[in-house]
Amino acid sequence: MPPVIEVSHLGKQYRVYRKHEGLRASLLHLFSREYTAVNAVRDVSFSIDEGEIVGFLGPNGAGKTTTLKLLSGLIVPTSGHATVLDYVPWKRENAYRRQFSLVMGQKNQLWWDLPAQESFRLHQAIYKIPATEFTRRLDELTDLLDVRRLISQPVRELSLGERMRMELIASLLHHPRVLFLDEPTIGLDVVSQKRVQDFVLQYQRQEKITVVLTSHYMKDVEALCKRVIIIDSGEIRHDGSLNDVREQFSGHKVISMQFPNGSIPPEIARYGEVLPGEAGVCKLKVKREEVSATLAALIDQYRIEDITVHDRPLEDVFADLFDQTRKSQGGNRA
Amino acid sequence: MPDSPPLFSVSLGSGLSLRELTGELFARSWTSWIIFKTCVAERLVYRGDFFFSTFVRFLPIITQIYLWHKVYSVGTSQQISKLNGYSYEDMVAYYLLAMVARAFSSMPGLASGIARDIRDGSIKKYIIQPIDVLGYLFWHRVAHKVVYYIIATIPFAVVFYLCRSYFPAMPRGEVWLAFVLSLMMGFLIGFLLEAMIGMIGFWFLEVGSLLFIYMMFNYFLSGHMIPLDWLPEPIFRAIEYLPFKYLAYFPAAVFLEKVPTENLWGEICVEFAWVILLLIANRHMLARGIRRYGAFGG
Repeated sequence: MPPVIEVSHLGKQYRVYRKHEGLRASLLHLFSREYTAVNAVRDVSFSIDEGEIVGFLGPNGAGKTTTLKLLSGLIVPTSGHATVLDYVPWKRENAYRRQFSLVMGQKNQLWWDLPAQESFRLHQAIYKIPATEFTRRLDELTDLLDVRRLISQPVRELSLGERMRMELIASLLHHPRVLFLDEPTIGLDVVSQKRVQDFVLQYQRQEKITVVLTSHYMKDVEALCKRVIIIDSGEIRHDGSLNDVREQFSGHKVISMQFPNGSIPPEIARYGEVLPGEAGVCKLKVKREEVSATLAALIDQYRIEDITVHDRPLEDVFADLFDQTRKSQGGNRA
Repeated sequence: MPDSPPLFSVSLGSGLSLRELTGELFARSWTSWIIFKTCVAERLVYRGDFFFSTFVRFLPIITQIYLWHKVYSVGTSQQISKLNGYSYEDMVAYYLLAMVARAFSSMPGLASGIARDIRDGSIKKYIIQPIDVLGYLFWHRVAHKVVYYIIATIPFAVVFYLCRSYFPAMPRGEVWLAFVLSLMMGFLIGFLLEAMIGMIGFWFLEVGSLLFIYMMFNYFLSGHMIPLDWLPEPIFRAIEYLPFKYLAYFPAAVFLEKVPTENLWGEICVEFAWVILLLIANRHMLARGIRRYGAFGG
């Protein structure tokens, strides 16, 4: 089966106006402006098969959202090529636009002053959803997201979490084959985040749609994505499973220990880097290859009430990875 | 059982059969209707503000009538009989009809709204959906106007009733028809001109100053301030070649039968040509603008 999304050497360059500080510069810029070319996305290539959930990860300004904008046809690339469901996205054919959805966590697509059901009706007309199908889908989605009682309430009166659930309904009513989620849980509390994650996972399993997700919350990525594409400074750094990311980019594991009476031996630092943690719990960052030997030495040396070994949080792994990239780029520039 | 072939099928240039084309047209009309209905519902949310703004818009009519009264009485104890061929009564009649035309052709907030949507990225939701952005904006504006007419009809009727003696005899059917057409096309020209200014936002992001200049020219060149035939002949002739006169002066002139009968339908055709020209320009700008669009704002 051919991939649903195929991206080949895609690039997007923006021309950005550079303004120097101060009144003099402001006056000078009235007559002469300085522009620089910024490569938001550079030579990006990947393919995604039907039914995959892929996480697109990277720091702010890495090119994640630009890639989603290219794939949803919002912007036209400077170079390269892409197809989604065999359509070239930026041709913006209606047949393509009926088969995908883009949910932006920072943008409201519903009518602010009207109840969500009015927006849903409008979606029904725009996407030409038959009446029976519309009613069935709406019932199903409102039940799954537990918002049935809220659809007749003006959107502006809903909480952020409730609004995001309504956005998801609006984006799924027409049964898209591809769903682009751009930071869908941004600003949500942990309960709402979990609800959105569970829903996306359940819906994707049920409908076998293809999902591309960008998020800064590693919990989203861990809950939803088996595969991640890491992008930084517009370029792909890694494309593979989450486990690969841990193996490849995290050379350390974390050993958590609880000592009797919560007293942590001061000389513990010689076994590894002591990480900040909750009171009475000692967390040691230890090289992967040294974990077994360190564990044996610790058990031999101390009376430990509880001990666990786990991978470093993904946030830390990515932070190190992006930091390394920044440093190497800085070194190359120097 | 497979679908039986249609009894009647005509293949059209686009590759659609007549049946498919009818279905497509029906679907589009239905979508337009739902957009219209939703926009009307949205307009009615803030009732207090809406009623107040409609009421406030009537105040200038009263002050303007009073102002013209003073202009016609200046320096004399009696009213001046005619000013540039207009009596005081003619002037009031012209002004009220120009206001009716403006009720169709003025588009408060359209250009600035489009530019704002481009600047803050809200336009994205329309670009990714299978709808025609211009069509959507059009039905949004139609809804805006319809709600306005519903509210404004009674005060307009009261003003017209009070000033009924200022109007000449009821025009004949042909003039009425031309008047109604000129109002509708005035709406289209007003919409298309402002939509174009808003879409300049694809290139410049901020169109506030441009809009201010447009509003100034519009106020003067549409005949909103004074009848255009008051202007010196060369200027009046030059304005004839611009679309602004269709926004206020032309419908009023049609109703007051200032447009010679032999020129009436020719003028209506020229107005229609302006609508087509502006529509083509809008389509072109939208297509180019979206290609240029940077989709800023998250």
